[in-house]
Amino acid sequence: MKITELFSRGEFVVSAEVGPPKGFHIEGLIEEAKEYLSGITAVNVTDNQSSVMRLGSLATCKALKDAGLNPIFQMTCRDRNRIALESDLLSAAMFGIDNILCLTGDHTKLGDHPGAKPVFDLDSVSLLYAVKQLEAGVDLGGNELVGEPPKFAKGAVVSPCSDSLDAQLAKMERKVLAGAEYFQTQAVFEPEKFISFMEKAKQFGVPVQLGIIIPKNVGMVRYMNANVAGIHVPDDMIEELKADKEKTKAGITGVEIAARIIKECRPYCQGVHIMALGWESKVPAVLKQAGIC
Amino acid sequence: MLITQLKSKETIEALTPGKVFIINCHGCKEVRFPEEEAKALQKELQDAGRVTGIFTTDYICNPDNLKLRLSYHESEIAAADAVLVFSCGVGVQTVSELLEPKKVYAACDTFPLPGFQGVTPLQVDCAQCGECFLNITGGICPLTACSKSLVNGQCGGSKDGKCEVDPNMECGWERIYRRLKQVGRLDVLKCPVQLRNYANDVAIAE
Ligand code: SF4
Ligand code: SF4
Repeated sequence: MKITELFSRGEFVVSAEVGPPKGFHIEGLIEEAKEYLSGITAVNVTDNQSSVMRLGSLATCKALKDAGLNPIFQMTCRDRNRIALESDLLSAAMFGIDNILCLTGDHTKLGDHPGAKPVFDLDSVSLLYAVKQLEAGVDLGGNELVGEPPKFAKGAVVSPCSDSLDAQLAKMERKVLAGAEYFQTQAVFEPEKFISFMEKAKQFGVPVQLGIIIPKNVGMVRYMNANVAGIHVPDDMIEELKADKEKTKAGITGVEIAARIIKECRPYCQGVHIMALGWESKVPAVLKQAGIC
Repeated sequence: MLITQLKSKETIEALTPGKVFIINCHGCKEVRFPEEEAKALQKELQDAGRVTGIFTTDYICNPDNLKLRLSYHESEIAAADAVLVFSCGVGVQTVSELLEPKKVYAACDTFPLPGFQGVTPLQVDCAQCGECFLNITGGICPLTACSKSLVNGQCGGSKDGKCEVDPNMECGWERIYRRLKQVGRLDVLKCPVQLRNYANDVAIAE
């Protein structure tokens, strides 16, 4: 089911993210998703996240769909040229997967195959445009598709706490012009920044899901602060994680922080997207504490 | 070896409605320049009273040479709304850098040809993509200044203004955004979706 239908009904849309394994045994992932994520609207499947080779996003989406969940097919432009991307979009349509999220993707040098060729034949904007073309029944080569064209809910990402916010907003606008119908954001730890971002993003008239990462421990947030673009965990939050080691280790502190951020930002956005990074089991607690479900 | 080809008259006309200063680079023997077509177009602009000055030189990619030449034409350049450069992508970028914050536009597309490249030591780079993007990127080449050669804007990887691939390298799109803002041309970021055309790559096509 297209998540855009829920946005237009005015629902607060909840999604979470799973990362396929480095291998083809997927039973564990499916079981976990069924147990912890079946109550939410949609489940994103990452596409060789951080340029680390894994099981494919499309195949994992199909398995999730067969298990009764509603997958969002993440596509990056790092590993495939426009022919392969368009072809995979048709494959997704054939499987009945109708939610996609278009990203440029991290550079190959950041992953576990640093010598691989970075493709970037398309980027997030031109990929969205390619999808729109397919929906109109033509491919990027200008050739007509046979039969009824596919139809997707087209998503994109934006980084609301980026230190290049103006350039990010300009890119967001280009994505909207190219056909983006909803946005998921990079993880937010600074609600004030998110709220002032939403003030500016409102003009584009597209729904935005607040990005959430459940902070696991001090090491993790320090790592993100030093290495992950668009993420900044403020000092008082780091102190909070430090204060009670046992509580933090049990995930209680992280869940509290995540739920608090959601509550604070909820009036300004149209949904939430949780990147649990292995802590899928904590997702129900976060949503409950945030008063969502 | 590379070859430059004049952009269409409509494209060049659309760049600026105002007065222009023109720089031609008849450059190095490694570059084939469309001399006759360029002359004809420039004559038309001159007849329309839109040209504040012209100079023709070689090796505009050499900043020291270029600086000297530009200094002879300061007032003519100041009187123009934009500077139109007829050269390879490296030349345009060198002019753009020296004349900051003036609007500088490329009048040519740069293609590769098999054979030698020019050997001038360079501060800026051109990958000879055959469809010069400099006019929508503030005169900074997105193919060589951005690690992913993105032509539709910044990726999400820039941190503290640096590129995700190399923390010692400034993010190319950060520079492009800043430049467009400085010259008052952020409107070009609303241009249609840009698609690379790899069929322009003569070296690969042959
Ligand atoms: S965009 Fe860059 S690579 Fe392409 S012609 Fe212009 S300067 Fe050269
Ligand atoms: S961080 Fe900037 S220079 Fe690096 S790939 Fe992204 S947009 Fe290009």
